[in-house]
Amino acid sequence: MIDARGLSCPVPVVMVQQEVKKNAPAELVVMVDNRVAVENITRFARSQSYEVAVKDVDGEFELTLKK
Amino acid sequence: MTKKINWLVIVTGLVVGAAAILLTAFGNPANMGFCIACFLRDIAGATHLHGAEIVQYVRPEIVGLVLGATIMALATGEFKARAGSSPATRFVLGMFVMIGALVFLGCPLRMVIRMGGGDLNAFVGLAGFFIGILIGIFFLKKGFTLKRSYAVAKSEGAVLPAVLVVLLVLAIAVPTLFAFSESGPGSKHAPVILSLVVALVVGALAQKSRLCMVGGMRDAVMFRDFNLLSGFVAVFVAVLLGNVILGNFHGFSAYLQPIAHASQLWNLLGMVLVGWGSVLLGGCPLRQLILAGEGNGDSAVTVFGMIVGAAFAHNFKLAGAAAKLGEDGVYSAGGISVNGKVAVAIGAVVLLVISIWNIAKKKEAK
Repeated sequence: MIDARGLSCPVPVVMVQQEVKKNAPAELVVMVDNRVAVENITRFARSQSYEVAVKDVDGEFELTLKK
Repeated sequence: MTKKINWLVIVTGLVVGAAAILLTAFGNPANMGFCIACFLRDIAGATHLHGAEIVQYVRPEIVGLVLGATIMALATGEFKARAGSSPATRFVLGMFVMIGALVFLGCPLRMVIRMGGGDLNAFVGLAGFFIGILIGIFFLKKGFTLKRSYAVAKSEGAVLPAVLVVLLVLAIAVPTLFAFSESGPGSKHAPVILSLVVALVVGALAQKSRLCMVGGMRDAVMFRDFNLLSGFVAVFVAVLLGNVILGNFHGFSAYLQPIAHASQLWNLLGMVLVGWGSVLLGGCPLRQLILAGEGNGDSAVTVFGMIVGAAFAHNFKLAGAAAKLGEDGVYSAGGISVNGKVAVAIGAVVLLVISIWNIAKKKEAK
């Protein structure tokens, strides 16, 4: 799980990019707290052939990336 | 990375470019329909933070951009008061981004507007801007982060919008409190209502589309994501077309461009500071205004840093002097003072120290 809450873009996307590059996980959960990060991570994940599901948890967002 | 075209970013870029042309047609300085650095500098002058008599005016565009973002963010449920992500560091970064911009004579947005006006000096600035972005990306990849922000009281998020509204109301109601230029760029401005309304629209669109001049190149290089870059290109296209249609385009040249100098090394190095600093901040000066409008207290601090940086730039004579034709017909290419050159060098050292100091340890980054 990557906890990128409170971090401003592009740092959350960089964290996801580095995890994907290093471990190529089949599933990855990312927590963020702003919609810009949701949009940016979603675009990046889709470009890497992940499917993205977004869940709103009390104003924060849980993204599940699956291959 | 994504093949999907984001029309909102492109439309926003086109509207920003058209708005810049419109505001210039109605009185704003040439190639300066919008310039966040110049306009914050004018506000610093109007509020007596510096004494450069030709650049003093309370620019309604700044107020409109921030308020437009606030209104859009409130309407879409995106207004979130947050702060605490290295505010003092952001203040210093804001200062040096501003000093770099005033050495070049424009923020990244004005750089694009100058490019669309045929100013070749701005293309040199673009090269510097790109180099600065690459340096910033290098540190991002090494783990640079200004750490987390936290939820704070809503009032914290309202500080910059409130300060700017009070400033504009005071400037209209009690103008004698302020300094207003009688000549030079500060004396040239579109009508207050027009500036305000146009900027409100642009601010709202920029909030919704996330338009950012530094984000475009950064995302293209780091993630092969051309989403924001399309907005950057759209601004250029709109300004170029607008200038051609209005008969203001006279080809590309570096000679005697409006409020620009032809000291190319310093055009380049000034924008290196701007690109590098903006990547560390997470967005260009325009984006900082918009984020501050969304309730981001750290961006509000950055804007205050930029205002102070502008005051320093003029009080210590760091800003570039524009090229001009003297009364005797002798051309001066303009440029920057020794003080300005030293400030750019100091800025590079400061950015380097900030970049290295804020590289997170592996454990911290998680």
